Amino acid sequence: MSTAVDVVRRSGEFFAFCLDTLRGLGRRPVQVREFVQQAWFISSVSILPAALVSIPFGAVIALQLGSLVRQLGAQSFTGAASVLAVVREAGPIVTALVIAGAGGSAICADLGARKIREELDAMQVLGIDPIHRLVVPRVLASMLVAVLLNGLVSVVGVSGGYAFNVLLQGGTPGAYLASFQALGQLPDLVVGEVKALLFGAAAALVASYKGMTAKGGPKGVGDAVNQSVVITFMLLFALNFLVTAVYFQVVPQKGS
Amino acid sequence: MGVEVAVRGLTKSFNGQPVWSDVSLTLPAGEISVLLGPSGTGKSVFLKTLVGLLRPDRGSILIEGLDLPRLSERALYEVRKLFGVLFQDGALFGSMTIYDNVAFPLREHTRKTEAEIRAVVTEKLDMVGLIGAERKLPGEISGGMRKRAGLARALVLDPQIILFDEPDSGLDPVRTAYLNQLIIDLNQRTEATFLIVTHDINTARTVPDNIGLIYHGHLAMFGPREMLLSSTEPVVRQFLNAQRIGPIGMAEEKDAEELAAEAQSGAELPPLPPIPLQLPPSDGRPRRAERPPGQWCREHGVTPPPGSFADGAGASPRAREPEPAGGPAGTGGGAR
Ligand SMILES: Nc1ncnc2c1ncn2[C@@H]1O[C@H](COP(=O)(O)OP(=O)(O)OP(=O)(O)O)[C@@H](O)[C@H]1O
Ligand SMILES: [Mg+2]
Repeated sequence: MSTAVDVVRRSGEFFAFCLDTLRGLGRRPVQVREFVQQAWFISSVSILPAALVSIPFGAVIALQLGSLVRQLGAQSFTGAASVLAVVREAGPIVTALVIAGAGGSAICADLGARKIREELDAMQVLGIDPIHRLVVPRVLASMLVAVLLNGLVSVVGVSGGYAFNVLLQGGTPGAYLASFQALGQLPDLVVGEVKALLFGAAAALVASYKGMTAKGGPKGVGDAVNQSVVITFMLLFALNFLVTAVYFQVVPQKGS
Repeated sequence: MGVEVAVRGLTKSFNGQPVWSDVSLTLPAGEISVLLGPSGTGKSVFLKTLVGLLRPDRGSILIEGLDLPRLSERALYEVRKLFGVLFQDGALFGSMTIYDNVAFPLREHTRKTEAEIRAVVTEKLDMVGLIGAERKLPGEISGGMRKRAGLARALVLDPQIILFDEPDSGLDPVRTAYLNQLIIDLNQRTEATFLIVTHDINTARTVPDNIGLIYHGHLAMFGPREMLLSSTEPVVRQFLNAQRIGPIGMAEEKDAEELAAEAQSGAELPPLPPIPLQLPPSDGRPRRAERPPGQWCREHGVTPPPGSFADGAGASPRAREPEPAGGPAGTGGGAR
């Protein structure tokens, strides 16, 4: 019973926190330095894992589809299918995993450590709002990096699928590329980027909220990081479903 | 200059557990007040409530006609610019050097050039004796140094209200003597309102104009220094004279049995020690809030303990140490 109330209260607090951040977005001066530093930091911890995860992802999709499609006699569509799978779904998901796992946990640990060392209190007493000074630039940086990362994952994933299809499965380059056009369309890429943008914002918001409400010493920070990653994962998968559902309703699909 | 802080009926609890309740006191503008109390009675919580970091359950905090607990976040940030706060463990920004820590408020709130900032920061660091440690990170210096760096940062915007949470814990006796002199000299120069939480009984006896004592969830007494030092109220007397006999035990409150046993054994309270002179500013000119020694006692018909206000009177040797104006504490402290 009390845990249910607790969950509702936390969600309310988190929502208020998001609104505060939104309001902080419009406040001057814009924290350019912090933003650049954070963008640099988040990309430095997430680019390599993202690239490394997306190569096998593209290959696995090509592998899965390859045999299925061959049985159906539609080899020429392998390219199209893997593009759809990678660009629409795998890209944002890989981005989400990496942003939450690498970027979010780092943000949460950093803010949590500052919280328990009373740095955030000190900052407030010095008349500086930590949401404006620390959270807003982190959220923006995370959104930017997520979008870039999604682009990277798409490119790497599609190339991985291409290499796999052409070099190992004996597909023809022409067919792979030509079938891009058959099912894929520009909005696919756009929706992937929109997803990534939302994931980046959500991951940074959850991580910041968890970090700034950490309590109980170093152990509290550990718990906060752990919870932040778990919550972000759940949230991102739910978001992913929502955006996809809306997308299919709004944008007419090719070939259907 | 200096701002009055009036606290009325303040109550704070965590998860239904009251820390203290119904605290009312006035920090007079431009005066130095000290807050004492056994460990864990909520002195740090009181300071954090004063700056609006914690919301009280009830009561008001009036500063320049504004009631802090009822202000919006936005307005609170404005009021906080009046404050300089030193947290119990310094609360330096771990990712910045000492120099950047002290420069931080200037960079955020003023349009000073780097050269001007350098001048101010160097002055404050010199004041707390940290020249040479500018490039170090907070993790690379000692606890006492962190404390002093926190002090420099708290003072950098020339605040009107200065709250120090145990500025002297973790400092050696010499540094503590310098620090006390620094507080007196700062008050003389800036006429800011000070509230200092301390466990150092010598500091409490010689530095402030007013003393407060929090005990057992409420404010036991708050008033002029001489009032508390001549008080025979058991808690105040026990605490200000660091004795074991009295109502305070190891676990905050002694139970009835222990007290009865104490009365039985006929443990005699030692007589009140003489009230020492207040620490004078190092340049010999009086502070505005300063009152002649013994004035409060005379006005209220209280006979101070024998030997009070004599030069060199004091409970511990350190009370006598920073003696005449312009003595070693004055020149070496670099307090200007
Ligand atoms: N954020 C918090 N949440 C819950 N309880 C708290 C919180 N902060 C402080 N307390 C409780 O409030 C009480 C007072 O703590 P506080 O740190 O103010 O003591 P103190 O008087 O400063 O002690 P010391 O002299 O040792 O520094 C303690 O019992 C502590 O457990
Ligand atoms: Mg404390």
